[in-house]
Amino acid sequence: MWNDCGMSRNKEGLKKAKDKIKALEEEFWKNLRMVGTNDELNQTLEKSLRVADFLEMSQLMVEDALHRNESCGSHFREEYQTEEGEAQRDDDNFAYVAAWEYQGKNKPEVLHKEALKFENAKLTQRNYK
Amino acid sequence: MKIHLKIWRQPNSEMPGKLVNYTLDGIIPEVSFLEMLDILNEDLLKKGDEPVAFDNDCREGICGMCSLYINGRPHGPEQGVTVCQLHMRSFKDEDTIYVEPWRAKSFPVLKDLIVDRAAFDRIIQAGGYISVNTGSAPDANAIPIPREVAKEAFEAADCIGCGACVAACKNASAMLFVATKISHLALLPQGQVERQSRVEKMVAQMDKEGFGACTNTGACSYECPKSIPLNHIARLNREYLSAKLTSNSL
Ligand code: SF4
Ligand code: FES
Repeated sequence: MWNDCGMSRNKEGLKKAKDKIKALEEEFWKNLRMVGTNDELNQTLEKSLRVADFLEMSQLMVEDALHRNESCGSHFREEYQTEEGEAQRDDDNFAYVAAWEYQGKNKPEVLHKEALKFENAKLTQRNYK
Repeated sequence: MKIHLKIWRQPNSEMPGKLVNYTLDGIIPEVSFLEMLDILNEDLLKKGDEPVAFDNDCREGICGMCSLYINGRPHGPEQGVTVCQLHMRSFKDEDTIYVEPWRAKSFPVLKDLIVDRAAFDRIIQAGGYISVNTGSAPDANAIPIPREVAKEAFEAADCIGCGACVAACKNASAMLFVATKISHLALLPQGQVERQSRVEKMVAQMDKEGFGACTNTGACSYECPKSIPLNHIARLNREYLSAKLTSNSL
């Protein structure tokens, strides 16, 4: 996640990350060493559930980063930058908040778009120069 | 270094517990006490055994979760630190280390080294808060508070609610813990409105939870990881007495 889905990311890296997490997840479910039961205080189970959540969460983060074909805030897609190296937004296609709905294990999440409306301030391109 | 551990293992509060021996080799002095337990737990897990359950969270001495009785002392041999701030350099090669949970009737063992400290939460719920609207954070100089008073209140507010005071006390008294809350809020202007009812309610809840009475032994303050002094207990007693003298609920 740090290397391929960090602040600066690109399509190729994100695809690589996706495969890597998938492989990690498979290994996790195959080789998980669990002790105790779920009818008692079980810290091993607590930790494993947390790892399982992280694995799902990171896949969704990568998926979301892949779908957003623009640069915006801390999502800097290297393919989308101005000549000066600033983030290049695509407000026509991506001025929305993406909310992903879980559909069950191994099923693609459904995208819900919440449009961003700016009434007082207008959307502009940031430039520090 | 090589260390010999005797760790309290207990499946739950219903079942009896016992000390179990473990030996760890190759522990470097730089690791923290909790990291040493992590190493032990990894070994246990690899063997298919159940890891030792223990509480921890921040691992930097601020959350109050870690709570181990080490060689007969809450938070181990060092003064003014929590277990998570304790390192293996405080021990010697070939040392035998006893690790037990807090022992107090009001803190039942949940598993191994984890005890249920919800009694503390219920004491706080009984009155350890300010329910009048104090507004947003005021400017630093808007409410003048003498430096000595601020210092004293801050000292009390240092309490992290770990429960070492109860574990150290031969009476399993929670007086130091309750005193820190009473002192902290009674000293500051925002705490004045509920000053009287707060001390009555919190002391009543403390008694209801089955904590013992204070006999001024001072073990609590000595073992407290924040070294909170006993004079806060004196203030608690004074607050309680004056509240009772003028109480509406007499
Ligand atoms: S008074 Fe000290 S020992 Fe007691 S709960 Fe607070 S920090 Fe822990
Ligand atoms: S783990 Fe938070 S104080 Fe020790």
